[in-house]
Parts: sequence; structure tokens; C-alpha cells
Amino acid sequence: MSAAAAVVPGPTAHVRRARRARQVRVGVVLALLVAVACGVSLCLGEAAVAPLDVLRALVGQADVLTRFVIFDLRLPRLETGLLVGACLGVSGGLLQSVVRNPLASPDIVGITQAASAAGVIGIVGFSLGGLALSGLVLVGALAAALLVYALAWRAGLSGYRFVLVGIGVAAVASAIVSYVLTRSAVTDVREALVWLTGSLNGAGGDRLSVLAVAALVLLPLAWVQGPRLAQLELGDDTAAALGVGVERTRGLAVLTAVALAAVAVAAAGPVTFVALVSAPIARRLVASGAPALVCSALVGALVVVVADGVAQFAVPGTIYPVGVVTGIVGAPYLLWLLTRTNRAGRGG
Amino acid sequence: MTLPDRPAPSAPEHTLVAEDLTLGYEGRVVVRELGLTVPPGRVTAIVGPNACGKSTLLRGLARLLAPEAGRVLLDGEDVRSLGTRAVAQVLGLLPQSPVAPEGITVADLVGRGRYPHQGWLRRWTSADDLAVAEAMEATGVTDLAARPLSELSGGQRQRVWIAMALAQRTDLLLLDEPTTYLDIAHQVEVLDLLADLNADRGTTVVMVLHDLNQAVRYADHLVAMRAGEIVASGAPGDVVTADLVERVFGLRSVVVDDPVTGDPMVVPVGRHRAPGHDDGPRP
Repeated sequence: MSAAAAVVPGPTAHVRRARRARQVRVGVVLALLVAVACGVSLCLGEAAVAPLDVLRALVGQADVLTRFVIFDLRLPRLETGLLVGACLGVSGGLLQSVVRNPLASPDIVGITQAASAAGVIGIVGFSLGGLALSGLVLVGALAAALLVYALAWRAGLSGYRFVLVGIGVAAVASAIVSYVLTRSAVTDVREALVWLTGSLNGAGGDRLSVLAVAALVLLPLAWVQGPRLAQLELGDDTAAALGVGVERTRGLAVLTAVALAAVAVAAAGPVTFVALVSAPIARRLVASGAPALVCSALVGALVVVVADGVAQFAVPGTIYPVGVVTGIVGAPYLLWLLTRTNRAGRGG
Repeated sequence: MTLPDRPAPSAPEHTLVAEDLTLGYEGRVVVRELGLTVPPGRVTAIVGPNACGKSTLLRGLARLLAPEAGRVLLDGEDVRSLGTRAVAQVLGLLPQSPVAPEGITVADLVGRGRYPHQGWLRRWTSADDLAVAEAMEATGVTDLAARPLSELSGGQRQRVWIAMALAQRTDLLLLDEPTTYLDIAHQVEVLDLLADLNADRGTTVVMVLHDLNQAVRYADHLVAMRAGEIVASGAPGDVVTADLVERVFGLRSVVVDDPVTGDPMVVPVGRHRAPGHDDGPRP
């Protein structure tokens, strides 16, 4: 230590710069992949549009029919998919970071289910849509989050208790959905059922506007919380000793995550597993030991857009809801996560 | 005492005082009306049996736990009236079991110690780089900079955590059992490191220790606690007696001279293997 004056920050600064460079690289590659997926998704459809015609349409140079296909049919669906994916990815990233448990995603801990329950009640019971539906879904999601938070709280927040209580709340919310569906007329239930699998069919209009405005506010709000959340991952005491207001940081992050999940669910229904898988993939790619929120958003968007492409075109003649595809991909990941979490004894 | 009349260090000194401090969790009182003045620029060790309130006291001193009564004064001001970050700029705390995020490298983890000194936009400056590099040099972990923490041994990991606390560059450093889970060589290594830090920079060190003899060896000021209260405090050479060990730990012991330093050294008696013990022959 007496040689402190001679210390040069060479090797340590180098490590930090290498990590930053990797972050940027991963972000750029993911953004390119998202762009490619978007391009492909605009070209494909019942009437395939050549890539060049897509570009012409986007700058307003194509014929009326092409413009109609791109602007009225495909673009709203694509935009909804992108935003839903980004919101769910960031929502999962925030919650997993705050609870310090990869299982703490809104679709595991009951937030998505409660949002669904509120949504089904809104659709079946009151024929709601747009802003009113989003509002009701948000209320449902917030109520579930408050319930989980309050029940899991015991002189501090334990990751395991949060997840276990959340699974209980998810079961209750799912039961409410089933109850409402069985009590309603078959004709009313159809729309709700499609929405419940998580679908981009019929995306656009009011739902898209509400989603876009909410995403524009919530995503930057999540992004500025990144450094504080990185500190919080060191443990409550360590974070507080480093100058982080622990409860305030945690409260704001949970609220943001809940709101993000709620607006995504309101727009497209509960597209399952996107929130669960996106942030862990992003974190593994960036490998900085911090919540990689920008990359989580990109991974989420990529997952939803690609999954929606598969859902539309995998079986000719049938357009599946996107949630079917994300479920098929996500469920094995959940199983793997559960076995791994048990074996390593971590996640608490 | 090895260095009773050492000249005062040149670093600016911050004072930390607890007044009639009562701390607890959900109504259960753990620390009761405790008064403590941390000697600036010195090493203080807090010892006591399990669950006597040592860690709770440390959390209270570092503003991590709101007092139920009394107050903690940092430079004469109630820590509750200071912001979290303002406190974090002069007072650091290393908890007993900090959590390492998956995949974090040594350099990045040490860099987390710079948080309280960064502005709202979290711009990383060359001053941050230098503080991190110095902290890693002082703890001997520079060569590990690019390694993920999960690959390191327990001793290396503990040095990295201490490096993070050093990068925070606080004049007061509180550590909760910094030697737990380490083998004896690494325990001595960590304690030597903290003694260096105190001697070279004048950092005021307060640590909770389990090993009474290590506390005697490394502390200028010893605080013995039992059931949330201070039983005795002062220079280890004056404080540690067989009677004190009996009162604090309920343990019969013989206090001899440490063959290395001449300080008091506590040798527990126990019920077995001592000549003339009243437990009958061993099977």
C-alpha cells in the first residue's frame, strides 16, 4: 500500500473497458437481429411483399394495395409485438433483479395472471377495450403485486418467499379467470379466450396507442434505475452502505415492472414466458453482473417478433396466437431453471 | 497494546458516537441503551457471544437500522438526518455475507464501491479508475481483475470484498466478521491488511471479531458485549482478564502472555483434557 502513488489503473480500467465494449457489441448485434426479424415479418404474409417493395411502402412510394398491407395489416402487428416484447423483457429483468431470483418473473409470481383476470372481467363483463381495459388490467396487476409484496414481507424481502407467495397468487388469479369464463355465455368467451393465449391478431388501434405511450414513459424510467439495481444485487446491507435507498429503489422497480407487464398484457394478452426468459438471456450475453435492461428489451422484442412469425406461418392456413409458441419454447426453460435452481441451492 | 502512543494519522478524522442507543427488530430489543465512542484513527474490535447484538450494533452505527431510542452521531450530526449517500461517502460497511451477482468480474465488483462518489449520471471518471486500481493493489487482487468472482477461493473473495470497501475511500470502515469462513492463514492475512490500512491511511476500523485472541492482537480498543450491553471496553491489555471472559462468554479460561506480542492470550479451560478436570476418565 505504501506504493499507492505508483499505482496505475491500467489492468483494472482495461477490464472495465472490455466489459463496456462487450455490452455495446451485444446490443448492436441484438438490434440488428431485431431489424432483420422485422424486415422478414413485413415481407411475409398471405401476399408476400418483396423486400424492396416494403422499403418503398415505408417511404410512401408503393401502390395503394401494398401500402394497405404494410401499414394497416402488418405494421401495427409488428409494432405491438416489438413493444410487448420489450416491455415484458424489461419487466422480468427488473423483478428478477430486485428479488434476486430468476424465477421472479411477472408470469410466475401472479402479476400476469391477475392482469389476465382483470382483463377477462373487463372484456366479458363490460366489453372494455383501449384505455379502459389497460387501466383495469393495471389495477389487477398492481393489486396482485401489493398482495405478494405484503405477504412475502417479513423484516425484509426474501426471494424464495416472494416466488412461493407469487405462485399461490397466480393460482388464485387463474381460478378467477376459469370461474369468469365458465359463468359467461359462449359467444362472449371467444374474444376473451384468444386474448388469454396472448395474441397479436387484431393488434393495433387504441390498444397499440396506449401501449406505445406507456412504453415511451416506462422503458426510460426502468433504464435510469439500472445502476441502483446493480448495487441492490449486492444485498440490502451492502447496497445501503454504498448509499442506495433500499426500500425506495425496490418499491419503484417493482411498480415499474408491474406497470410494464400490465400494459403488455392489456395490449396482447398474457404472452407467457417472454418475461421469464428474456432478461436471463440478455444477462448471460452481456455477463456484467448487472441487470442488462436495454439488452433485455431487445431480446424480448426479438422473441415476440420471431415467435409471432412462427405462430403465423409454421402451419399453413392456421394463425396461432403468439403465446402458444412462446409457451412451447418457455416451458422447457422453466423446467430446466427449476432443476438447476434446486441443484445449486441458489436463487434465494 | 502495541502502538499506544502512535502519532495521529494525517487523514481527516471523522467521529462516530452512539448515545443511549437502543436497537431492535419488530419490538424485540437487541441492543439496549448503549453508549460508545469510536476512537478516531484506531482499530476497534467488538467481541461477544453469539446473538449479543454485535452485528446489530454495527448496522445501527452504519445507518442501516433505525434506532428505537437514542442516536448515532457522525461528526456530531445524527446519521438519520444525513442522506444515505452522504453517510456512504465517509462511512463504509462490509456485511458478514454480501451477495455477488452471477458473472461479475473482480474489477467490476470493486468498481461498485465507487457508487457513492458518482454523480446523478454515473459518469465513470479517471479518479474512479485510480481508486479501484489502488484498492486492488492494496488487497493484492490486481492479477485477478478479469476473473469472475465465482472462480475464486474464499480468501481471495474476501480480499475482493474488502477491496470494494476500500474503493469507497471512507475514513471509517466497519466490518462484520471479516475473517469468518477463512482458514487461519487467510484470517491473519485479512487482519494484517486492515492493520496496514489503519497505519498507512489512518482509516478508523471497527470490526466484529469472533476470535478473542485476534481481537486482542489487532485492536487498539476492545469492546466486549453481552446481551446487548457493553460489559467492558478499553485497551485490550487492560481489559482482557479471566474474569472478563467468564462474565462475557461464561467460559472458564486461563489468561497467559502471548508468546509473540506479550499481550494477554486467552486459553479456554473446558471440561476435557485438562489435568484435574472433574469429568472422569475419557472412554
